[in-house]
Amino acid sequence: MAAPVSNVGISSGERSAFRCTSFQKKTRSRLIAIPGTRPSVQNGQLLVSTGVTSLDYLLGGGLAVGTVLLIEEDLYDSYSRMILKYFLAEGVVCRHELFVAAAQDNPNDILQELPAPILDDVAFPKPVEQPRLSCEPQDSLDAMKIAWRYQNLPKVQSALASSSRFGHYYDVSKTMEPEIRQAAKCHCFYFPDHPTQSSTTHSPMLQSYSALLKSLQEVIHREGFFIAAPMSKSRNILRVGLHSLGSVLWGDDLSCHDSPRHRHALTTFLYGLRALLRSSLSVAVVTIPSRLIQDSSLMGSITQLCDYAIALESFKGSERETNPLYKDYHGLLHVHQVPHLNCLASQLPDHKDLAFKLKRKQFTIELRRQRFFMLTHKMRDLIKCNEQSASKVRSDHPCQSSLKVSKILTCFWDIMG
Amino acid sequence: MFTELNSILNASPDSFTQGEFILVSVQHSDASFLIHHFLSFYLRARSRVCFLALVQSFSHYSAVSQRLGVNLTQAKDKGQLIFLEGLKESLSHLIPQEERTGSEAMDFLRDPAGGLRSLYQFVHSSLTHSGGGEMVEEEEAWGSPVLLVDDLSVLMSLGVSAGAVLDFSHYCRAMVCSQLQGNMVALVRCSSEEEEDEGDAEGSEWLRRGLTHQCSLTLHVQGLSTGYCRDIHGQVEVCWRKKQTSGSHTQKKLFQYKVHDKGASFFAPGTSSAVL
Repeated sequence: MAAPVSNVGISSGERSAFRCTSFQKKTRSRLIAIPGTRPSVQNGQLLVSTGVTSLDYLLGGGLAVGTVLLIEEDLYDSYSRMILKYFLAEGVVCRHELFVAAAQDNPNDILQELPAPILDDVAFPKPVEQPRLSCEPQDSLDAMKIAWRYQNLPKVQSALASSSRFGHYYDVSKTMEPEIRQAAKCHCFYFPDHPTQSSTTHSPMLQSYSALLKSLQEVIHREGFFIAAPMSKSRNILRVGLHSLGSVLWGDDLSCHDSPRHRHALTTFLYGLRALLRSSLSVAVVTIPSRLIQDSSLMGSITQLCDYAIALESFKGSERETNPLYKDYHGLLHVHQVPHLNCLASQLPDHKDLAFKLKRKQFTIELRRQRFFMLTHKMRDLIKCNEQSASKVRSDHPCQSSLKVSKILTCFWDIMG
Repeated sequence: MFTELNSILNASPDSFTQGEFILVSVQHSDASFLIHHFLSFYLRARSRVCFLALVQSFSHYSAVSQRLGVNLTQAKDKGQLIFLEGLKESLSHLIPQEERTGSEAMDFLRDPAGGLRSLYQFVHSSLTHSGGGEMVEEEEAWGSPVLLVDDLSVLMSLGVSAGAVLDFSHYCRAMVCSQLQGNMVALVRCSSEEEEDEGDAEGSEWLRRGLTHQCSLTLHVQGLSTGYCRDIHGQVEVCWRKKQTSGSHTQKKLFQYKVHDKGASFFAPGTSSAVL
């Protein structure tokens, strides 16, 4: 198994040990206990899980509340969309509130595709608590599958177990049951539903972005996510998922021209988003079709205004898809930026040679096997195969073996990249 | 405050050159540790500091300064520190509301083409204004004024033209460095020269070059060209521009650095403890 996963296991072990001992970090008492969050080991920041445990590990334990994760989309937006869905699904399971905005698909469609949580080791709080669902027939609740081992456990204990849990596993081959999904409170922003008014200010922001920012601020105000809000009622986290910002569908021309007219629209929006998030208990994941944005300095300033930045580079449609070197993976993952929050030094992953893989049920990120190791193996195989074929055809075609040698060399250069 | 950097720059909180404009330029790296250094340095030197924090919140700076042994909240209460929290002030400008205006300093957000006059006026009033009004009787004598700007290139991301940013820094330098004999520290991000398009005449690289001519000391922070390394976080090129009677001449020194939990260490290239 790859290093990240095993390390995550260790850290969760430490965490449970930490809970059991009487020793407590001083900052811990000041933090608010919210289901699905935990304080960071390094700087006491409140963290939430992205839903992908291996990604959590790479980002220093999870996403800090009040920050933005930027995902640079892969070619067909299939894997970046999956991470976004993981992030939202984790919010549903932890009973966080969601805010989903999209211009391409209806946010409700995105919500319907959320992966099903694997709840064999933790029981989900039953939706009976929701008054909304109390009128539903009882048998629909009974139909909800809980692993047989845990079926007979007392309910109180199971509720406690779920609240202290950080990060869950999901089965991407199934979608989440509607009962679980509807239990979470969700705010949607579908851009085509919001007609744009004529602009009156000189603000560089686009109408679509300012409408989105305004709607997000309303939700934060109304639902009491502001940090300055009274502490009387129980606090919760708002998870914000913004899909494909900067695409043409948002009315943005970043991806169309070399020198776009609304060059500062997206950066100004991201600045406003950061301002909103820093003052509230919310965390955002933003996907951006970066491959369409030609100007790298513009992409640099976009990255700078987000906190975390990762890029997905899928092999789909590229020649790497058929390269034997990459046959175990579906794409590469680059961690571009990890923020320094409340501390001088940031915690960067030890290795940057990362790849992701979509297994039958699960999306994982792994350390790519070392190039040199792969190279020696590959060379040995090829030489062996070459010797065999050369011995076969030695008599008749001397040029064929030289063809093989050139094939080895091409492969060598392929591998060396 | 990093003592190693102090000895490189030949400065200490008790004695430092006045009237300097220090430019921190960053390329594909993070140089916020230098801003934290200068913030704690000048607060310890008992200077009156005006800090335009555009990219991070007050709580972030406060938490880091605490680790470096400086209490920002106290400094703010005493009137030593004037802190403009850009993120907080920007919201009321970015989200149109029924005439509930925030700080006038961030007026450029409404109309970036109008330039940064309001921001300059904020700096001017906060550094020249003597004392905080009602606290005059227990007013302490603060030293020379200091202007710290977190990130000038964020202003460009917000739609302000590079020319306007350059004008702003020139005005500030004229006031702080020449008129009041104080110091000024500004951070600017730039993309590498190859990346900069020819058509993009007023890009971040253009701004950096313009600022280089204004400043007296440049700290150019870069990531390692060979990529990320756990023991060496990057390199910093320190460049003094000294004006003498026989014209100006520059002196350069190159260091590699590593940022720790509570400080940073600087060493000559290739002499990292991980290598030796």
